[in-house]
Amino acid sequence: MLFPFASHTNGPPRIVVTGAGIITALGAGWTINAEGFRTGRRALRRVTLFDVESQRAKMAAEVDLPNSLPTGGLSQRTIGRMDRAAKLLLLAGHEAWQQSGWLPDENTPLVLGTTGGGMRLGEALYRQAISSPSSNCSQASRVVHYQPQRQAMDLMEALGFSGPISIIANACASGANAIGHAWELLRRGHARVFAGGYEGLSQLIFSGFDSLQALSTTECRPFDANRDGLALGEGAAMLALETLVSAQARNANILGEIVGYGATTDVHHLTQPHPQGDAAFAAMDAACRIAGISPEMVGYINAHGTGTPLNDSSEAMAINRWAGARAKTLPVSSTKSSVGHLLGAAGAVETVICLMSLSGRWLPPTPTLQTLEPACAFPVLREPMDAKVEYALTNSFGFGGANATLILRRWS
Amino acid sequence: MSRICIRGAGAVSPAGWGVGALCDALAQNRSLPVSHLPCPGRAQPLRVRRVPPPPNRPTFAAHPRLRRTSPIGQYATAAALEALGSPVPLTGTAASGLGIVYCAMAGCVNFSRRFYDETLKNPATASPVIFPETVFNAPASHLGALLGTSGINYTLVGDPGTFLQGVALAADWLTIGRVKGCLVVGAEELDWLVAGALELFDPDSVASEGAGALYLTADCDGSDCVELKAITNAYSFTSSRERAIAARKARADLGTGSPDALLCDGLQAVRRLDEPELAAWQDWNGKRLSPKTICGEAFVASAAWQCVSAFEAISSQHHNTATVSILGINQQAIAARFERTEPAR
Repeated sequence: MLFPFASHTNGPPRIVVTGAGIITALGAGWTINAEGFRTGRRALRRVTLFDVESQRAKMAAEVDLPNSLPTGGLSQRTIGRMDRAAKLLLLAGHEAWQQSGWLPDENTPLVLGTTGGGMRLGEALYRQAISSPSSNCSQASRVVHYQPQRQAMDLMEALGFSGPISIIANACASGANAIGHAWELLRRGHARVFAGGYEGLSQLIFSGFDSLQALSTTECRPFDANRDGLALGEGAAMLALETLVSAQARNANILGEIVGYGATTDVHHLTQPHPQGDAAFAAMDAACRIAGISPEMVGYINAHGTGTPLNDSSEAMAINRWAGARAKTLPVSSTKSSVGHLLGAAGAVETVICLMSLSGRWLPPTPTLQTLEPACAFPVLREPMDAKVEYALTNSFGFGGANATLILRRWS
Repeated sequence: MSRICIRGAGAVSPAGWGVGALCDALAQNRSLPVSHLPCPGRAQPLRVRRVPPPPNRPTFAAHPRLRRTSPIGQYATAAALEALGSPVPLTGTAASGLGIVYCAMAGCVNFSRRFYDETLKNPATASPVIFPETVFNAPASHLGALLGTSGINYTLVGDPGTFLQGVALAADWLTIGRVKGCLVVGAEELDWLVAGALELFDPDSVASEGAGALYLTADCDGSDCVELKAITNAYSFTSSRERAIAARKARADLGTGSPDALLCDGLQAVRRLDEPELAAWQDWNGKRLSPKTICGEAFVASAAWQCVSAFEAISSQHHNTATVSILGINQQAIAARFERTEPAR
């Protein structure tokens, strides 16, 4: 039953990650991404998926999809009908599932974050509807596969499990909210939850950010004093989350622990953050309180750091205020300089990057940073750094004012 | 565990603006008139049921955030404010302690279509005013801004069963004390693209639009109230669990209801679509309300109307118990039960 809930009598359990899958423009899988983020490799190029000739910006971090997909229980026909975003989800989901060693069951909740779902199929639906209104050829398939719930069901079918599906569409915080929501489900009584975020590049969204003049026409430079916008990317990340008791009972390999989650709303403006970062501060503060830690204990922040003038100064103000004296020595970076802004997938991908950093004992750089934004009272990493960090914090902020913070702990 | 009470409900539907209009239409048990929506390139228009213009321009429409929203934002806001029943903006703990769960399936399709159309014509001149309104969570953000709340605010996307998932999420937040009150809103807007898509699958369905909302709190203050008693698991459809099986599982989770109970179902008088739900509830001997047969198929908004109808039937003392059955379109089956709770003596 979704209500009333089963509740833990001995307080909430500890929640650990036993599987993680990732695909970005750096490549498919943990290993290639870990190496790419560790060294600050950049993966942006001129967009090939749609025409950008008339756009202000021309660059994005496109994924080169592999020739074959892990079909699992899906037919080739279904695979052929899937949207690009659904394929990214499938690739990340397959890796995380395999890594977890989970067996299929019928009650594993699936929590996904996305902003566009299968937007490219939606675009194709519209183009045919206006260009050939008398032809319904393939239109029904596009309607079905455009929808995020279908993408979720295809993932379940491929991996052989089922359970309640929740899809959170809180703009660019969706992925972090999805993981945070999964974390809360586990603390409320579920034994395991599969969660993450996914996003495929689409013309509508690219054009939208370009119309807002939010896309960089030069180079995405988070926390740089001369930054001029973000770069879009695409990809997916999925996590197998379970209680520590469950993981230990089956002797699972533990990749890290999620210890805190904060979510707040910034009502300042639909697309602009509060200049002082009030809601961002509140999200970080809430996550820390739930985790039972202070800013002094956090060893790394993977910032939202989009590279837009408004986000980065607002986030800097929030971090300064939240960290206090700790800010001076607290390493911060934005991995969006490497793979762009993955929108609904960003929070999930950056959570996996934090797991990589904690377990690999390195911190990813912001390779494009040249002149530090004066509002930053903290060091922004320009070069790769080796560091044994106990706690990492990741921020995700979205249109509509959706703010989310996750705190992860190294597993030892 | 806290008791979860439904404190208020709101609705915008083809029957009009307000719960009263919806309930009057359901009481008359006559399908609302169908109108015609032109579809580009097609001689035959689409059959739809539209929300009529409001009797007076809503005062919230003067808010800077809500002046340029598409209908879905207006519907969601009107239903939410009716459910909340408080002057806005909220202040103090009412503002900081309010959560919002906004649910949709098709979402902000009017502006999405318009923006993409502008992009295809010339991306260099596509409107930056329209684009932000295409984002799924725009209506929830506008509502939060209007109410002045900085609390947690989720937008859930999925088929109609998502509305009850949203109610369960709100109940969870209330139970753990994350919020003091929570609005759950389901909304959709008509567009020829969506109505045309529905027609591809179900030519007999009539696409519709509107919103429904519930306002939940974690205590009843010792007063007579409508209480959330149960929400079943959300049974996802799979290749081995078709809609009919999922519907039966949700039905089985709720067990047998009391003899005077009301069932607010999702039937829409389209035999092929109704069969799985009819089969799951074939032993139901009590009264039924079927908002979709009156108002049409508005996805998550229809599911919200079912819940609003259940709430109204209990709060108006016509029934002590009401059950809601939602057999979604392409994701899940889920059901819930609401009951009247007498004041403690």
